[in-house]
This record gives sequence, C-alpha cells and structure tokens, in this order.
Amino acid sequence: MGQIGRLEIELFLIGGSAGSLKVLLDMLPAVRPDLTFPVVLILHRKAGPESMLDILLANHSNMGVIEVEDKTTLQPGTVYLAPADYHLLFEHKSLLSLDCSEKLNYSRPSIDVSFQSAADIFRGNVGAMLLSGANADGAEGLAYIKKSGGLTVAQDPSTAEVAYMPARAIERGAADHILPPGQMASFINNLSVSTN
Amino acid sequence: MLEPTIIKDDELEVLLADISVLYGYDFTQYSKASLKRRVNRICLLDKFASFAELRYRLTHYPEYLQRFIEEITVNVTEMFRDPTFYKALREKVFPQLGTYPFIRIWLAGCSTGEEAYSIAILLKEANLYHKSLIYATDLNPGVLETAQKGIYAINQMRQYSENYILSGGREDFSSYYRANYEMVKFNADLREKMIFSTHNLVSDSSFNAFQLVVCRNVLIYFEKELQNKVLRLFDDSLDPLGFLALGAKETLRFSNLEKQYKQLDSEKIWRKLH
Ligand SMILES: C[S@@+](CC[C@H](N)C(=O)[O-])C[C@H]1O[C@@H](n2cnc3c(N)ncnc32)[C@H](O)[C@@H]1O
Repeated sequence: MGQIGRLEIELFLIGGSAGSLKVLLDMLPAVRPDLTFPVVLILHRKAGPESMLDILLANHSNMGVIEVEDKTTLQPGTVYLAPADYHLLFEHKSLLSLDCSEKLNYSRPSIDVSFQSAADIFRGNVGAMLLSGANADGAEGLAYIKKSGGLTVAQDPSTAEVAYMPARAIERGAADHILPPGQMASFINNLSVSTN
Repeated sequence: MLEPTIIKDDELEVLLADISVLYGYDFTQYSKASLKRRVNRICLLDKFASFAELRYRLTHYPEYLQRFIEEITVNVTEMFRDPTFYKALREKVFPQLGTYPFIRIWLAGCSTGEEAYSIAILLKEANLYHKSLIYATDLNPGVLETAQKGIYAINQMRQYSENYILSGGREDFSSYYRANYEMVKFNADLREKMIFSTHNLVSDSSFNAFQLVVCRNVLIYFEKELQNKVLRLFDDSLDPLGFLALGAKETLRFSNLEKQYKQLDSEKIWRKLH
C-alpha cells in the first residue's frame, strides 16, 4: 500500500556514514525482497580491495546485493552498493554510471552527488533516507530531493551513533519524516506498490 | 556545495553538436550524467549565467576550447592507484613481457602522468625498463605538459608511498624523486623511455602494436557503443598474447571482445588469446 496521493516510488536511496552500518544491518533483514523498486546505498567507506561490505550486507538481507560497476543496470528488489572511490550517477531510470572526479565534502562516493543525480532523473519518484554520520555530506542532497518532489527521511538523531549528519538535514528542513531504525524497514516496505 | 543546474539536457546536446561541427571533438557518446555535472561546474567556475553565454564563448572564441575540454573531462588520478592492480602487473604480467626483446606499452588516457611514472618504477624494479617504451597519450595537451615535467605536490607522497608498498615495492619510494619546498620532481631516468602525445580515443586510429595496453578510468566516461569502438581500437593495437588492463570497475564482459580474451584471475587484466 503506497502513501495516498503521493507519486509512485521508483527508487529508494540510503546515504550513511559513521555509525550507519549497524543501522543497515539491523533493518535490511526486515525489508521485503519483492520491493517494486531498487535500493541504492551510498556509504562512506575506506577505499581498499579487502572491503567485503557487499558480502556483509548480503548476509543481512533477503535481497541480492550488488556492488556497482561501470554501467550497472538497475532491477527492482535488489540492493546496489556504491563502490569505494567513485561517485555513483544515474544515466537514466535503469542505468548507473561511475565517475572518479574530485571528492565532495571530503567524500567519494559523495551522498550529495548521487542524491542530486537521482533527483534529476527520477524527479518526484524517489525516496531517500539519511542515516548516522559525522560528515556534512548528504544534507544538501536530501534537500535537493525534497525540492524535486521526492520523499525524504532522516534517522532520528537521538538514535544515531553520530547525530551530526541527520541533524544537519533536519535543521535545513530537508526531512519529511524522522524515523528511528526500528521503523525504517516497514516504512520502505510500505512504499512498495504491492498487490496485497 | 552541489552545482546548480544551469545547462539543461537538450542544451547540452546542442553544445556537443556545436563542438563536434566546429572543432571536430565528438563528446556525443560520453556518459551524460558526468558530462552534465562537468558542464554545470564550468559554468560556475567561469561565471556563465546561462547556456547562451557559454555557447557564445565556445563558438566565438576558439582559444577557449582547450580549457573547456580540460574542465569537462575528469583528470583525477594518483600514483599506484589500486595497489593490487600494480601488484598483479609485477607478478603476473611482467614475467611474460620479460620474454620479449622489446616491450611497447600504451597508456591511453594517462592524464597528468602519475600512472606512467608508477609503471616506469615497476619496470625499473623488474629490470625491464631499458628495453621498454611507454607511449602515454591523452586527449588534453595540458595534462600531458604536466606529465612531461613529472612535478607533483609533496603532500601526496605519503599516500603514494603507502600505495607503492602495497603494490609490492621494496625500495625507498622517496629515492625516485627530489623534493623542493611543496613540490617533488621525479627522476629524469624514469622519463627516458616515455613518449607523450595527444591522441583522441574517439577519433584517432591505432598507431603501433603493443604488448600491453593500459586504459583505466576512461571508459567509465563513455557510453556502451563508444566503449565497444574503443575496445576494438585496443584490440587492433595489441599483439597476439598481449595484455589489456582496465580500471577497477571496468570490464570486457558484455563487450564484443570478451570471447577473444582471457581474464587473469580476478584482476582487471585480460590476455589476448591469439
Ligand atoms: C580519470 S582520468 C584517468 C587517469 C588514469 N588513467 C587513472 O586511472 O588514474 C581520465 C583521462 O581520460 C582522458 N580522456 C577523456 N576522453 C578521452 C579521449 N577521447 N581520448 C583520450 N583520452 C581521453 C581525460 O583527459 C583524462 O585525463
């Protein structure tokens, strides 16, 4: 059951930094695998070959988890993880691209960059959530999504390991909803256009 | 700060068509998401308030073209970027290349040269540099000038030195350059076997036969069709049993070449079968 009167969600974005991994590992198991849209994760992470974040996330999710490569195509009910050291961009509604241009907010991938790119392609048909973090990245991107008509969520700062990132977004009025981790999965599930 | 959107999608198309017709540089098959960001960024940097202003400058001032192209392409690079790639070059590719009397390497999209110096260092350490030639090419003449000089900011060296060690380097990394205030200059003997030249992967053809072609983080900026065209160009430029190396997130899979090449383990290195 989608929310009354709002546009259909065709993409859900999650941005996170310090303290966000635990939130994801807690909520992903409760996200239904038959979501009618893809979920794209932009997480600040250390560059390095040994990172097995995709495997860790896959072990905590009923959905497939794919670390994005050049020109990866998007499928509903699948989680896409931005690779370390690249910005993730949207070419069109089902095609991603990567870019290794300058860092933004000391970050590559930058949440702002991906959120803006998604909003330019999906307009109002996108949902985005900003989790715990110590970085200024993400707040502007979330505001951009809201301005384009998208649906925005910030983690309740009082539940965040590092409150700074979601608090910045809330301060600038970028969040439609403020949620604790325990309510995130059902929030996402409810955006899916289900038949039951 | 995110760039504001000054240039709309259809305006970008017009601009790219102008540049192609007037100057012969064809960006129409570049990935649009990155291009859009770069064009909006240059509007901000060079203070164009509208599409019309940017278009006027580009079409009426040919001397502006070089700056424009340099800014809309992404030239970010580092030394020993992805150390495991360089480790694989050392351990899996160079022993093969060493069997040739003469080694020709093409670095396509070499940007400001950090990759070229990294490979020169590896070749030296493998005792192969004396019989090698590195052809380092890029679309932008400006980055090639920097590459030729081999002068880089000293504050990068710590990171590069760490990368170097992770790539299997055992020497003292600082022995490869001389520091002077904020800058370092890499030793002249590393440049001895480098040839720098402009080459446009979109429009220029093959110019030699190589045993190793390295093109990393360039194809991500191209759409699929152009990628296939450029991969054909590399194929035409590779000797039988030659090696092709791509960036960490790029692949030969799904391309027309896939069947004629064999991937080395999980590395982004492929060997031409015959
Ligand atoms: C991101 S840099 C990659 C540098 C280096 N190979 C690395 O991986 O660190 C991309 C380079 O490709 C160059 N480039 C873009 N389009 C090109 C073209 N059509 N022909 C040749 N080089 C091109 C750009 O000028 C830039 O220097």
